[in-house]
Amino acid sequence: MAGHSHFSPANVEEHFEFSSEGKKRIIYAFIAGLAALLLGIYLLSKGESGGHEVANAGHEAVKAGHEAAAEHVSGGAVSHQASAEEHYDWTNRIWANVWLNAVFFTGIAVVGMFFVSLQYLTKSGWSSVMKRVPEAFPKFLYITLPILIAVFFFKGDVIFHWMHHGVTEVGSENYDKIIAGKSGYLNKNFFLIRLVVFGGLWILLWKMLRKKSLEEDLNGGTEYFNQLVKIGTAFIVIFGASSSIFAWDWVMSIDTHWFSTMFGWYMFASWHVTTYAVIVLAILYLKDKGLMAYVNENHLHDLGKFMFAFSIFWTYVWFEQFLLIYYANLPEETIYFLERWEGHNKIYKTSEILMVLLNFFFPFLVLMTRDAKRTRLFLKIAAFMIIVGHYIDFYQMIMPGVVGKHGGYGLVEFGMVTVFAAAFIYIISDELTKASLVAKNHPFLPEALHHDI
Amino acid sequence: MSSTTNYILGVYDDEDEVLHAVSAVKAKGIKVEDVYSPFPIHGLDVAVGHARTRLPIAAFMFGSLGLVSALSLISYTMVFDWPINIGGKDYFALPNWIPVTFEGTVLFTAFGLVSTFCISNDLWPGNKTLPLDIRTTDDKFVMAINVDKNKVSAADIKKALKESGAVEVNVK
Repeated sequence: MAGHSHFSPANVEEHFEFSSEGKKRIIYAFIAGLAALLLGIYLLSKGESGGHEVANAGHEAVKAGHEAAAEHVSGGAVSHQASAEEHYDWTNRIWANVWLNAVFFTGIAVVGMFFVSLQYLTKSGWSSVMKRVPEAFPKFLYITLPILIAVFFFKGDVIFHWMHHGVTEVGSENYDKIIAGKSGYLNKNFFLIRLVVFGGLWILLWKMLRKKSLEEDLNGGTEYFNQLVKIGTAFIVIFGASSSIFAWDWVMSIDTHWFSTMFGWYMFASWHVTTYAVIVLAILYLKDKGLMAYVNENHLHDLGKFMFAFSIFWTYVWFEQFLLIYYANLPEETIYFLERWEGHNKIYKTSEILMVLLNFFFPFLVLMTRDAKRTRLFLKIAAFMIIVGHYIDFYQMIMPGVVGKHGGYGLVEFGMVTVFAAAFIYIISDELTKASLVAKNHPFLPEALHHDI
Repeated sequence: MSSTTNYILGVYDDEDEVLHAVSAVKAKGIKVEDVYSPFPIHGLDVAVGHARTRLPIAAFMFGSLGLVSALSLISYTMVFDWPINIGGKDYFALPNWIPVTFEGTVLFTAFGLVSTFCISNDLWPGNKTLPLDIRTTDDKFVMAINVDKNKVSAADIKKALKESGAVEVNVK
């Protein structure tokens, strides 16, 4: 009955076992993804668009690029498309996909830490039954941050216009005055310093939080809770700055000429709601296995409200960014949306529409009622669609600027996202086995076990 | 409450007691009309068996009305009645209208819901509703049982209330 849970902190400890069968299934998924990826790469190297581009690399491509730019930008703003064409090679799409997935999954991993920190900072009780699930997510940063560093180091000029050779050298044929003016911030060394320092701080604070949290399980006592509040607070302060900085660095600087003051929030909102969807799916998976019975429909209701609310929050920032640009109608700003709406033979228009449907209308209508947020099937469908929608959102942020008209949804995209997702599930499942699924000495656990809304 | 209604009131000292007492009294086949408390008690609405509120449905309808009203007003003024060229955009510039539409939706929902809530709870201005027991605004918890709506005799109801831990049993 509501308010009278038969669970108590003494009888809720349980461990997730990552069975060999489960491991096998994820490894098969990984291999299937890898096979699709390799087949996709093979087709790309042989495929019409790929071969065509290699054959025509040089003057014609440059010319075509300039024509495309002139066609799409009547206001006289220098288009990134022109530069993208000059440097296009069929392998670029592979690196763009690696970058896209690394950024997407870094977000899911780090927002797991953000969620736990936020619960400590606000001294929330209800979440203490399920905080071990998001607490495991940042383990994946060990995979994605090195990938980001490696791709940036070796293939940065593929992703970023500002890293193209000679764009900041006066007298070079590639010299670009606007980018040269931004080179104080956008240069290789400073970018790497930011990535390593903030990424390192994320991992360091997560390790501290995880250690204290596991010690609390063994020893109990409120001093652990107070220390965890401090670690969480420190993380929130650092994340407040670093999430915006990484949004500019990793995604916004791809379209180097363009800028938006909403972008930090926009990307954070996308990461944030995706992570709630992943948390919901992870918890429902564990519940379907008979674990976490103490997470009742009230907790799920709260998580559903988070998904619902932050879908609307994402829509708010996405739309505000669009509205300001639409209203002001300045050519150097509208280029971003023109490129996604009408540019590149309109190949990005469908996913732009689909993204808004999946990220706003779908969760808004499906998760609106109380009953839907308390029904597992509705939560699963909504969470899955939100993840797909926000993957497309990141696709829309990154792909047009990197590969332009050579983009598309092919085996490379599906293979790459499957590989990353399988790796994510494997690493997180493995991390979940290392601790009790419930923080049994969390001081607010009794409150959470009797959660009733 | 009209004076012709026949109420039996069990007065309790503690919110936990009244929560358990509701179940105990209901187990004897007695229909509980309502419980009055100085503050909200978790699980009490479920224990008493109140029907789910229909306010969310009203909220959705008021919101839809607000959305349609705002869109109608702005499209009538901006497209049909007095079209103005703003920055060379279409007269029907939907993105520009989203903030107004949003505000209209919220405004209609808020005013509509507050009015619906007040009307359905007899809370219009000037209305004086006397509490069954004034101490429920201070530190007492009162379970109200309508004798006329129960098949159980008044004497049995009083007995059941006493047994469930009521410190006083009053008739009103």
